[in-house]
Amino acid sequence: MSREEPPLLTGEVLEEEVELTLAELCSCCQITAEWVFELVDEGILEPHGRTSSSWRFSGISVHRVRCVQRLESDLGVNVAGAALALELIEQLEELRTRLQRFGK
Amino acid sequence: MEFKDYYEIMGVGRDASQDEIKRAYRKLARKYHPDVSKEPEAETRFKEMGEAYEVLKDPEKRAAYDQLGANWKAGQDFRPPPDWDQGFEFHGGGFTGGDASRFSDFFESLFGQGFTQTAHGHPGMHARGEDTFARVLIDLEDAYQGATRNLTLRHTELGADGRPQTRERTLTVRIPQGVRQGQHIRLVGQGSPGIGKGKAGDLYLEVEFNPHAIYHVEGRDVFLELPVAPWEAALGATIQSPTPRGKVELKVPPGTTAGRKLRLKGRGIPGQPPGDLYIVIQVALPRADSEAGKAAYRQFAEQMPFNPREHLGVRDA
Repeated sequence: MSREEPPLLTGEVLEEEVELTLAELCSCCQITAEWVFELVDEGILEPHGRTSSSWRFSGISVHRVRCVQRLESDLGVNVAGAALALELIEQLEELRTRLQRFGK
Repeated sequence: MEFKDYYEIMGVGRDASQDEIKRAYRKLARKYHPDVSKEPEAETRFKEMGEAYEVLKDPEKRAAYDQLGANWKAGQDFRPPPDWDQGFEFHGGGFTGGDASRFSDFFESLFGQGFTQTAHGHPGMHARGEDTFARVLIDLEDAYQGATRNLTLRHTELGADGRPQTRERTLTVRIPQGVRQGQHIRLVGQGSPGIGKGKAGDLYLEVEFNPHAIYHVEGRDVFLELPVAPWEAALGATIQSPTPRGKVELKVPPGTTAGRKLRLKGRGIPGQPPGDLYIVIQVALPRADSEAGKAAYRQFAEQMPFNPREHLGVRDA
Protein backbone atom coordinates (compact mmCIF):
# COMPACT_ATOMS: atom_id res chain seq x y z
CA MET A 1 0.00 0.00 0.00
CA SER A 2 1.27 3.42 -0.90
CA ARG A 3 -0.95 5.34 1.50
CA GLU A 4 0.45 5.78 4.94
CA GLU A 5 -1.83 4.33 7.60
CA PRO A 6 -1.98 6.24 10.86
CA PRO A 7 -0.95 4.14 13.86
CA LEU A 8 -3.72 2.28 15.66
CA LEU A 9 -4.43 3.89 19.02
CA THR A 10 -5.77 1.88 21.90
CA GLY A 11 -7.34 3.77 24.76
CA GLU A 12 -8.95 2.86 28.03
CA VAL A 13 -12.64 3.13 28.78
CA LEU A 14 -12.72 5.78 31.45
CA GLU A 15 -15.77 4.40 33.22
CA GLU A 16 -14.50 0.82 33.41
CA GLU A 17 -10.77 0.51 33.28
CA VAL A 18 -9.48 3.62 34.99
CA GLU A 19 -9.18 4.11 38.75
CA LEU A 20 -7.46 7.06 40.34
CA THR A 21 -6.12 7.89 43.78
CA LEU A 22 -6.83 11.28 45.32
CA ALA A 23 -3.41 12.52 44.23
CA GLU A 24 -3.89 11.25 40.69
CA LEU A 25 -7.30 12.87 40.38
CA CYS A 26 -5.90 16.19 41.66
CA SER A 27 -3.01 16.21 39.23
CA CYS A 28 -5.13 15.00 36.34
CA CYS A 29 -7.73 17.75 36.74
CA GLN A 30 -5.34 20.31 38.25
CA ILE A 31 -7.46 20.79 41.35
CA THR A 32 -6.79 20.87 45.08
CA ALA A 33 -7.57 18.04 47.50
CA GLU A 34 -9.79 20.46 49.46
CA TRP A 35 -11.96 20.94 46.43
CA VAL A 36 -12.20 17.18 45.94
CA PHE A 37 -13.36 16.86 49.58
CA GLU A 38 -16.06 19.38 48.78
CA LEU A 39 -17.20 17.39 45.74
CA VAL A 40 -17.23 14.19 47.80
CA ASP A 41 -19.25 15.90 50.57
CA GLU A 42 -21.74 17.02 47.98
CA GLY A 43 -22.01 13.49 46.58
CA ILE A 44 -20.68 14.49 43.16
CA LEU A 45 -17.79 12.08 43.54
CA GLU A 46 -18.19 8.72 45.24
CA PRO A 47 -14.82 7.14 45.88
CA HIS A 48 -14.39 3.59 47.16
CA GLY A 49 -12.42 3.23 50.38
CA ARG A 50 -12.91 4.54 53.90
CA THR A 51 -10.16 7.09 54.37
CA SER A 52 -9.02 9.68 51.89
CA SER A 53 -5.63 7.96 51.64
CA SER A 54 -7.26 4.75 50.44
CA TRP A 55 -9.82 6.46 48.20
CA ARG A 56 -10.15 5.15 44.66
CA PHE A 57 -12.08 7.24 42.17
CA SER A 58 -13.70 5.77 39.08
CA GLY A 59 -12.41 7.23 35.84
CA ILE A 60 -15.73 8.93 35.22
CA SER A 61 -14.85 11.26 38.12
CA VAL A 62 -12.53 13.10 35.75
CA HIS A 63 -15.45 13.82 33.48
CA ARG A 64 -17.66 14.93 36.36
CA VAL A 65 -14.98 17.23 37.80
CA ARG A 66 -14.56 18.88 34.39
CA CYS A 67 -18.29 19.27 34.02
CA VAL A 68 -18.53 20.95 37.44
CA GLN A 69 -15.62 23.22 36.53
CA ARG A 70 -17.36 24.27 33.31
CA LEU A 71 -20.71 24.81 35.03
CA GLU A 72 -19.02 26.91 37.73
CA SER A 73 -17.10 29.10 35.33
CA ASP A 74 -19.74 29.44 32.61
CA LEU A 75 -22.93 29.62 34.65
CA GLY A 76 -21.64 30.82 38.01
CA VAL A 77 -23.25 27.97 39.97
CA ASN A 78 -21.74 26.75 43.24
CA VAL A 79 -20.88 23.15 44.04
CA ALA A 80 -24.35 22.35 45.37
CA GLY A 81 -25.92 23.82 42.25
CA ALA A 82 -23.56 21.86 40.05
CA ALA A 83 -24.47 18.66 41.92
CA LEU A 84 -28.14 19.32 41.22
CA ALA A 85 -27.40 20.14 37.56
CA LEU A 86 -25.38 16.93 37.13
CA GLU A 87 -28.17 14.86 38.58
CA LEU A 88 -30.75 16.48 36.34
CA ILE A 89 -28.52 16.13 33.29
CA GLU A 90 -28.17 12.41 33.99
CA GLN A 91 -31.92 12.00 34.41
CA LEU A 92 -32.46 13.89 31.19
CA GLU A 93 -30.02 11.62 29.37
CA GLU A 94 -31.88 8.58 30.60
CA LEU A 95 -35.22 9.99 29.48
CA ARG A 96 -33.81 10.95 26.09
CA THR A 97 -32.58 7.40 25.62
CA ARG A 98 -36.04 6.06 26.43
CA LEU A 99 -37.66 8.64 24.22
CA GLN A 100 -35.59 7.42 21.28
CA ARG A 101 -37.55 4.20 21.43
CA PHE A 102 -40.78 5.99 20.71
CA GLY A 103 -39.52 8.76 18.50
CA LYS A 104 -39.00 6.59 15.44
CA MET B 1 -14.32 38.52 7.38
CA GLU B 2 -17.85 38.91 8.63
CA PHE B 3 -18.89 41.57 11.07
CA LYS B 4 -20.40 40.12 14.24
CA ASP B 5 -23.14 41.97 16.04
CA TYR B 6 -22.43 41.04 19.63
CA TYR B 7 -25.54 42.85 20.86
CA GLU B 8 -27.75 40.87 18.52
CA ILE B 9 -26.11 37.60 19.57
CA MET B 10 -26.81 38.43 23.21
CA GLY B 11 -30.30 39.69 22.41
CA VAL B 12 -29.77 43.02 24.17
CA GLY B 13 -29.90 46.65 22.99
CA ARG B 14 -26.77 48.68 22.49
CA ASP B 15 -27.70 50.71 25.55
CA ALA B 16 -28.00 47.65 27.82
CA SER B 17 -26.42 48.04 31.26
CA GLN B 18 -23.62 45.71 32.37
CA ASP B 19 -26.13 43.99 34.65
CA GLU B 20 -28.54 43.41 31.80
CA ILE B 21 -25.76 41.94 29.70
CA LYS B 22 -24.81 39.61 32.51
CA ARG B 23 -28.40 38.48 32.97
CA ALA B 24 -28.83 37.91 29.23
CA TYR B 25 -25.62 35.88 29.15
CA ARG B 26 -26.59 33.69 32.10
CA LYS B 27 -29.98 33.00 30.59
CA LEU B 28 -28.55 32.05 27.20
CA ALA B 29 -25.72 30.10 28.81
CA ARG B 30 -28.16 27.91 30.71
CA LYS B 31 -30.02 27.26 27.48
CA TYR B 32 -27.05 26.51 25.25
CA HIS B 33 -24.40 25.18 27.63
CA PRO B 34 -23.06 22.09 25.84
CA ASP B 35 -23.12 20.07 29.06
CA VAL B 36 -26.80 20.80 29.52
CA SER B 37 -28.27 21.41 26.10
CA LYS B 38 -28.86 18.94 23.32
CA GLU B 39 -30.00 21.60 20.86
CA PRO B 40 -28.25 20.78 17.58
CA GLU B 41 -26.46 24.12 17.35
CA ALA B 42 -25.78 24.38 21.08
CA GLU B 43 -22.02 24.27 20.86
CA THR B 44 -21.78 26.84 18.08
CA ARG B 45 -24.26 29.13 19.79
CA PHE B 46 -22.47 28.78 23.11
CA LYS B 47 -19.12 29.68 21.56
CA GLU B 48 -20.64 32.62 19.78
CA MET B 49 -22.23 34.03 22.90
CA GLY B 50 -19.10 33.33 24.93
CA GLU B 51 -17.25 35.53 22.48
CA ALA B 52 -19.94 38.23 22.57
CA TYR B 53 -19.90 38.20 26.37
CA GLU B 54 -16.14 38.32 26.47
CA VAL B 55 -16.36 41.69 24.70
CA LEU B 56 -19.52 43.18 26.19
CA LYS B 57 -18.87 42.34 29.84
CA ASP B 58 -15.57 44.13 29.77
CA PRO B 59 -16.13 47.91 29.71
CA GLU B 60 -12.83 48.53 27.93
CA LYS B 61 -13.51 46.10 25.12
CA ARG B 62 -17.15 47.11 24.90
CA ALA B 63 -16.21 50.78 24.49
CA ALA B 64 -13.74 49.89 21.78
CA TYR B 65 -16.31 47.72 20.02
CA ASP B 66 -18.98 50.44 20.29
CA GLN B 67 -16.60 52.82 18.67
CA LEU B 68 -16.84 50.79 15.44
CA GLY B 69 -20.28 52.34 15.15
CA ALA B 70 -23.82 51.07 15.11
CA ASN B 71 -24.10 50.93 11.33
CA TRP B 72 -22.50 47.55 10.90
CA LYS B 73 -24.83 44.64 10.24
CA ALA B 74 -24.16 41.05 11.20
CA GLY B 75 -22.59 39.12 8.33
CA GLN B 76 -21.40 42.25 6.53
CA ASP B 77 -17.86 42.10 5.16
CA PHE B 78 -15.64 43.72 7.73
CA ARG B 79 -12.10 45.10 7.88
CA PRO B 80 -11.07 46.83 11.06
CA PRO B 81 -10.33 50.50 10.39
CA PRO B 82 -6.61 51.24 10.69
CA ASP B 83 -5.57 52.07 14.23
CA TRP B 84 -9.15 51.57 15.31
CA ASP B 85 -8.09 50.66 18.81
CA GLN B 86 -5.80 53.58 19.32
CA GLY B 87 -6.31 55.17 22.65
CA PHE B 88 -7.67 51.98 24.17
CA GLU B 89 -5.61 50.02 26.56
CA PHE B 90 -6.64 46.46 27.25
CA HIS B 91 -5.67 45.11 30.62
CA GLY B 92 -4.99 41.42 30.83
CA GLY B 93 -6.13 41.12 34.42
CA GLY B 94 -9.72 42.18 33.86
CA PHE B 95 -10.44 39.55 31.24
CA THR B 96 -11.38 35.97 31.89
CA GLY B 97 -8.13 34.87 30.35
CA GLY B 98 -10.15 33.58 27.43
CA ASP B 99 -8.25 31.81 24.73
CA ALA B 100 -8.36 33.73 21.46
CA SER B 101 -8.00 30.57 19.42
CA ARG B 102 -11.54 29.57 20.42
CA PHE B 103 -12.98 32.81 19.08
CA SER B 104 -13.77 33.99 15.56
CA ASP B 105 -11.46 35.73 13.10
CA PHE B 106 -13.52 38.83 13.74
CA PHE B 107 -12.70 38.77 17.44
CA GLU B 108 -9.11 37.93 16.71
CA SER B 109 -8.74 40.90 14.36
CA LEU B 110 -10.04 43.25 17.04
CA PHE B 111 -8.65 41.89 20.26
CA GLY B 112 -6.31 39.11 19.21
CA GLN B 113 -2.93 40.57 19.98
CA GLY B 114 -3.31 40.99 23.70
CA PHE B 115 -4.55 37.46 23.94
CA THR B 116 -1.94 35.64 21.97
CA GLN B 117 0.68 37.00 24.32
CA THR B 118 -0.98 35.39 27.30
CA ALA B 119 -1.55 32.18 25.37
CA HIS B 120 2.15 31.93 24.65
CA GLY B 121 3.06 31.99 28.30
CA HIS B 122 6.35 33.17 29.64
CA PRO B 123 9.52 31.91 28.05
CA GLY B 124 10.78 28.94 29.99
CA MET B 125 7.31 28.15 31.33
CA HIS B 126 6.15 24.54 31.29
CA ALA B 127 2.57 23.41 31.44
CA ARG B 128 0.64 20.29 30.61
CA GLY B 129 -1.33 20.53 27.40
CA GLU B 130 -5.09 20.80 27.58
CA ASP B 131 -7.29 17.74 27.40
CA THR B 132 -9.43 17.65 24.30
CA PHE B 133 -12.81 16.08 23.63
CA ALA B 134 -14.44 14.58 20.60
CA ARG B 135 -17.36 12.31 19.86
CA VAL B 136 -17.12 8.98 18.12
CA LEU B 137 -20.15 7.39 16.48
CA ILE B 138 -20.22 3.62 16.43
CA ASP B 139 -22.73 0.92 15.57
CA LEU B 140 -24.20 -1.40 18.14
CA GLU B 141 -22.41 -4.28 16.40
CA ASP B 142 -19.08 -2.53 17.09
CA ALA B 143 -19.81 -2.67 20.81
CA TYR B 144 -20.42 -6.42 20.52
CA GLN B 145 -17.35 -7.23 18.46
CA GLY B 146 -14.97 -4.34 18.94
CA ALA B 147 -13.86 -2.32 15.91
CA THR B 148 -11.46 0.30 14.65
CA ARG B 149 -12.58 3.74 13.58
CA ASN B 150 -10.88 6.49 11.61
CA LEU B 151 -11.47 9.92 13.04
CA THR B 152 -10.61 13.23 11.52
CA LEU B 153 -10.20 15.85 14.18
CA ARG B 154 -9.80 19.52 13.67
CA HIS B 155 -8.05 21.58 16.27
CA THR B 156 -6.63 25.03 16.63
CA GLU B 157 -3.06 25.61 17.59
CA LEU B 158 -0.79 28.61 17.67
CA GLY B 159 1.49 28.78 14.64
CA ALA B 160 5.06 30.04 14.60
CA ASP B 161 3.78 33.58 14.10
CA GLY B 162 1.63 33.33 17.21
CA ARG B 163 -1.66 33.28 15.29
CA PRO B 164 -4.13 30.46 15.73
CA GLN B 165 -4.30 28.01 12.84
CA THR B 166 -6.66 25.15 12.16
CA ARG B 167 -5.01 21.78 11.72
CA GLU B 168 -6.53 18.48 10.77
CA ARG B 169 -5.32 15.08 11.78
CA THR B 170 -6.56 11.58 11.30
CA LEU B 171 -6.45 8.98 14.02
CA THR B 172 -7.23 5.31 13.90
CA VAL B 173 -8.74 4.27 17.18
CA ARG B 174 -9.58 0.86 18.55
CA ILE B 175 -13.16 0.68 19.81
CA PRO B 176 -13.04 -1.80 22.68
CA GLN B 177 -15.62 -4.56 22.86
CA GLY B 178 -18.31 -3.87 25.45
CA VAL B 179 -18.15 -0.10 25.27
CA ARG B 180 -21.46 1.61 25.96
CA GLN B 181 -23.30 4.75 24.97
CA GLY B 182 -21.99 7.80 26.81
CA GLN B 183 -18.75 6.18 27.96
CA HIS B 184 -15.41 7.81 27.30
CA ILE B 185 -12.31 6.36 25.73
CA ARG B 186 -9.18 8.05 27.03
CA LEU B 187 -6.20 8.31 24.70
CA VAL B 188 -3.27 9.38 26.79
CA GLY B 189 -1.07 12.07 25.25
CA GLN B 190 -3.34 12.69 22.24
CA GLY B 191 -4.71 16.01 23.49
CA SER B 192 -3.17 19.44 23.00
CA PRO B 193 0.62 19.61 23.07
CA GLY B 194 2.17 20.85 26.30
CA ILE B 195 3.94 24.18 26.66
CA GLY B 196 7.71 23.95 27.06
CA LYS B 197 8.57 20.59 28.55
CA GLY B 198 5.01 19.99 29.72
CA LYS B 199 3.34 16.73 28.71
CA ALA B 200 0.61 16.67 26.11
CA GLY B 201 -2.97 16.50 27.36
CA ASP B 202 -5.28 13.53 26.80
CA LEU B 203 -7.96 13.04 24.20
CA TYR B 204 -11.36 11.90 25.44
CA LEU B 205 -13.71 10.28 22.98
CA GLU B 206 -17.35 10.16 23.99
CA VAL B 207 -19.00 7.09 22.54
CA GLU B 208 -22.32 7.50 20.85
CA PHE B 209 -24.30 4.78 19.07
CA ASN B 210 -25.79 5.32 15.65
CA PRO B 211 -29.52 4.72 15.84
CA HIS B 212 -30.15 1.10 14.91
CA ALA B 213 -32.87 -0.06 12.55
CA ILE B 214 -34.17 -2.80 14.85
CA TYR B 215 -32.45 -2.63 18.25
CA HIS B 216 -32.34 0.02 20.89
CA VAL B 217 -30.02 0.20 23.82
CA GLU B 218 -30.42 1.17 27.46
CA GLY B 219 -27.14 0.98 29.31
CA ARG B 220 -25.89 -2.60 28.87
CA ASP B 221 -29.28 -3.96 27.85
CA VAL B 222 -30.49 -4.26 24.29
CA PHE B 223 -34.15 -4.33 23.26
CA LEU B 224 -35.79 -5.80 20.18
CA GLU B 225 -39.45 -5.59 19.26
CA LEU B 226 -40.39 -8.92 17.75
CA PRO B 227 -43.72 -9.35 15.93
CA VAL B 228 -45.53 -12.67 16.35
CA ALA B 229 -48.75 -13.97 14.80
CA PRO B 230 -51.82 -14.08 17.10
CA TRP B 231 -51.82 -17.90 17.08
CA GLU B 232 -48.10 -17.98 17.98
CA ALA B 233 -48.81 -15.72 20.94
CA ALA B 234 -51.91 -17.62 22.03
CA LEU B 235 -50.75 -21.19 21.51
CA GLY B 236 -47.02 -20.79 22.03
CA ALA B 237 -44.42 -21.42 19.37
CA THR B 238 -40.74 -21.80 18.70
CA ILE B 239 -39.72 -19.01 16.35
CA GLN B 240 -36.53 -17.49 15.03
CA SER B 241 -35.34 -14.14 16.32
CA PRO B 242 -32.43 -12.02 15.19
CA THR B 243 -29.92 -10.98 17.85
CA PRO B 244 -26.84 -8.79 17.41
CA ARG B 245 -24.79 -12.02 17.52
CA GLY B 246 -26.91 -13.88 14.95
CA LYS B 247 -30.20 -15.78 14.82
CA VAL B 248 -31.51 -17.76 17.78
CA GLU B 249 -34.47 -20.08 18.31
CA LEU B 250 -36.88 -18.54 20.75
CA LYS B 251 -39.68 -20.22 22.69
CA VAL B 252 -42.79 -18.09 22.95
CA PRO B 253 -44.84 -19.44 25.86
CA PRO B 254 -48.58 -20.08 25.31
CA GLY B 255 -50.79 -17.16 26.35
CA THR B 256 -48.15 -14.52 25.61
CA THR B 257 -49.62 -11.02 25.44
CA ALA B 258 -48.35 -8.01 23.51
CA GLY B 259 -45.66 -6.09 25.38
CA ARG B 260 -44.39 -9.14 27.25
CA LYS B 261 -40.62 -9.13 27.58
CA LEU B 262 -38.60 -12.29 27.10
CA ARG B 263 -35.12 -11.96 28.55
CA LEU B 264 -32.10 -13.58 26.93
CA LYS B 265 -29.62 -13.41 29.75
CA GLY B 266 -26.12 -12.24 28.90
CA ARG B 267 -26.91 -11.48 25.27
CA GLY B 268 -26.81 -7.72 25.71
CA ILE B 269 -23.62 -5.71 25.40
CA PRO B 270 -20.66 -7.86 26.49
CA GLY B 271 -18.84 -6.99 29.70
CA GLN B 272 -18.46 -7.90 33.35
CA PRO B 273 -21.34 -8.48 33.83
CA PRO B 274 -22.76 -8.55 30.30
CA GLY B 275 -26.12 -6.95 29.61
CA ASP B 276 -29.28 -8.80 28.67
CA LEU B 277 -31.24 -8.88 25.44
CA TYR B 278 -34.94 -8.21 25.87
CA ILE B 279 -37.32 -9.40 23.20
CA VAL B 280 -40.48 -7.35 23.44
CA ILE B 281 -43.37 -9.25 21.91
CA GLN B 282 -45.67 -7.47 19.52
CA VAL B 283 -48.73 -9.18 18.15
CA ALA B 284 -49.15 -8.55 14.42
CA LEU B 285 -52.52 -9.09 12.79
CA PRO B 286 -52.78 -10.69 9.38
CA ARG B 287 -54.75 -8.59 6.90
CA ALA B 288 -58.19 -9.78 5.89
CA ASP B 289 -57.67 -9.08 2.23
CA SER B 290 -59.05 -12.31 0.78
CA GLU B 291 -62.44 -14.00 1.06
CA ALA B 292 -60.88 -16.89 2.97
CA GLY B 293 -59.18 -14.43 5.32
CA LYS B 294 -62.42 -12.58 6.02
CA ALA B 295 -64.19 -15.86 6.64
CA ALA B 296 -61.50 -16.88 9.10
CA TYR B 297 -61.90 -13.60 11.04
CA ARG B 298 -65.71 -14.01 11.09
CA GLN B 299 -65.36 -17.50 12.43
CA PHE B 300 -62.85 -16.24 14.98
CA ALA B 301 -65.34 -13.61 16.17
CA GLU B 302 -68.15 -16.12 16.48
CA GLN B 303 -66.14 -18.66 18.39
CA MET B 304 -64.31 -16.30 20.71
CA PRO B 305 -66.51 -13.74 22.42
CA PHE B 306 -64.07 -11.00 23.35
CA ASN B 307 -64.50 -7.40 24.42
CA PRO B 308 -61.09 -5.68 24.30
CA ARG B 309 -62.66 -2.52 25.75
CA GLU B 310 -64.10 -4.13 28.85
CA HIS B 311 -61.80 -2.24 31.19
CA LEU B 312 -62.98 1.04 29.64
CA GLY B 313 -66.51 0.31 30.73
CA VAL B 314 -67.98 0.07 27.22
CA ARG B 315 -69.63 -2.84 25.52
CA ASP B 316 -69.20 -4.01 22.00
CA ALA B 317 -71.83 -2.84 19.58
